[in-house]
Amino acid sequence: MEYVIQQTLNALSFGAEYALLALGLAIVFSIMGLVNFAHGEIIAVGGYTMVAFASLAIGNPVIVMAGAIIAAMLASLTLERVAFRPVRKADPTTGLLTAFGVSIVLQNIFLMFVSPRPIAVTSLYFLDWPIEIAGIRLASLQVFETLTTIVVIVALMLFLRRTVLGLAVRAASLDFEMVRLTGIKANRVFAMAFLISGLLAGLACIFIMARRGSVDPHLGFDPVLKAFVACVVGGFGSLPGAVLGGFLLGAVEVAMLVMLPQSLGGMTDAFVFMIVALILIWRPDGILSPAVEKGDKL
Amino acid sequence: MLTIQDLHVFHGPIEAVHGISLNVERGKCISLLGPNGAGKTSTISAITGIARATGSVRFEEREISGDSVEARIASGIAVSPEGRRIFSNLTILENLTLGAAIQKDQKEKGRDIDHWFSLFPILAERRDQAAGTLSGGEQQMLAIARALMARPKILLLDEPSLGLAPKIVRQIFDLIGTLKDQGMTILLVEQNATQALRLADYAYLMSSGRIVAHGTADELGKSDKLMAELTGVA
Ligand SMILES: Nc1ncnc2c1ncn2[C@@H]1O[C@H](COP(=O)(O)OP(=O)(O)OP(=O)(O)O)[C@@H](O)[C@H]1O
Ligand SMILES: [Mg+2]
Repeated sequence: MEYVIQQTLNALSFGAEYALLALGLAIVFSIMGLVNFAHGEIIAVGGYTMVAFASLAIGNPVIVMAGAIIAAMLASLTLERVAFRPVRKADPTTGLLTAFGVSIVLQNIFLMFVSPRPIAVTSLYFLDWPIEIAGIRLASLQVFETLTTIVVIVALMLFLRRTVLGLAVRAASLDFEMVRLTGIKANRVFAMAFLISGLLAGLACIFIMARRGSVDPHLGFDPVLKAFVACVVGGFGSLPGAVLGGFLLGAVEVAMLVMLPQSLGGMTDAFVFMIVALILIWRPDGILSPAVEKGDKL
Repeated sequence: MLTIQDLHVFHGPIEAVHGISLNVERGKCISLLGPNGAGKTSTISAITGIARATGSVRFEEREISGDSVEARIASGIAVSPEGRRIFSNLTILENLTLGAAIQKDQKEKGRDIDHWFSLFPILAERRDQAAGTLSGGEQQMLAIARALMARPKILLLDEPSLGLAPKIVRQIFDLIGTLKDQGMTILLVEQNATQALRLADYAYLMSSGRIVAHGTADELGKSDKLMAELTGVA
């Protein structure tokens, strides 16, 4: 029994991280229709910010964490402004290529101007300590991550339902032009979506860094791949879908880790992707894909 | 209040409207009639700034042709667009709230919402349901109410009767009549000429991107040109 609870909690914390990452992709996708592959590099920006703080001998964890989050948000806003705004009216392929381009450029900036090698960041190790309650062993980081994700989901829901700008973000996923015709500035809606995406990347960055303890130019690759898969499973463009996809992916991953025999241990990912493929055969557009435009109701 | 001169409207390289002029006076209901493809919606899009256009658009003695869409809406232009375009993934209440995005006064906003809910009880009953679940006629009411939530100085209505049952069409035109009586300035785009001319003070007839006739409702109603254009071409 304890074992089951233990693994369920593991699945929950894996899922929480994927949900956090997937939401960051989904909110931008929902209004721009493009997969922001540079999301991973935004996470890396947060990581390098921590390095910068360490080299300035600033160890105060609150400052380090806040700094990483703010840096990720600013990076996200800047990308919107310099890279994505010019291609806003272009077709989705152009946007997608732009995202790839930005991702590669940023990786190379890290490679050339910082270092191709991992740099250790130890300032967040304190977040991770073992907890044991009634025979269940957990890492404190898992608990923080799950709680943070829950808070983020609730806050995001409140924002999207209770504020005019939040309503505009949701409406814009359907008909951006009509949102402009209500007088809301398109630039504000885009900036808001990227700001939220950056915030989510910054939060994810803290947990990733606290666990890995180092940053390299490819820090964001794996997380964004997982986020992408979570979005596809949940239904691209749907925020609830991103959350569902994230938790589902976490559950499948933990299930595979637990159930596969030792000899197949290295194949976990292969099995995970096989299950994802099966889900997509069942629901080609993802589980909660937003209803396709069925034309005007005349 | 709204004066258009020598307006050319483009969709990409295609010119859809070839230099039209029209005038909407304060407190009047002006109708823009014409068959499919005449350029009525293009004209509306040029007024709101959605479509690229050349020529002059003056609103309240000010040239607005260089302004952004958002700035034009903020200056008091509201539109109930062709095809209604309600936000079907938002609730009815959220649609109205978004319509009032430029309205800063919260109390006023609340009063306006109450007003529309009392006028259309069906909207009130289903305020927290997705707007996409409304019938076509209800969606049209919502689209008009959403536009008016901004408290505009002029209301642009693009084919509000399109695809609706005769009974609903009458309701919509009754509503437009009421708005007019309350002093709202209206530019009404319609293919339903009979109904539109009943309300309009003055009307323009468009065909193939040009204005081919204009006059008071009576004058235009009697002209053969109107019937020829609307039945012959459409
Ligand atoms: N987005 C667009 N891209 C290309 N051409 C367009 C576009 N919108 C309209 N047109 C063209 O411009 C011309 C005028 O169209 P418009 O929609 O303004 O006519 P309309 O009078 O509103 O017609 P309807 O009564 O059918 O709504 C048409 O020939 C149409 O094909
Ligand atoms: Mg039209």
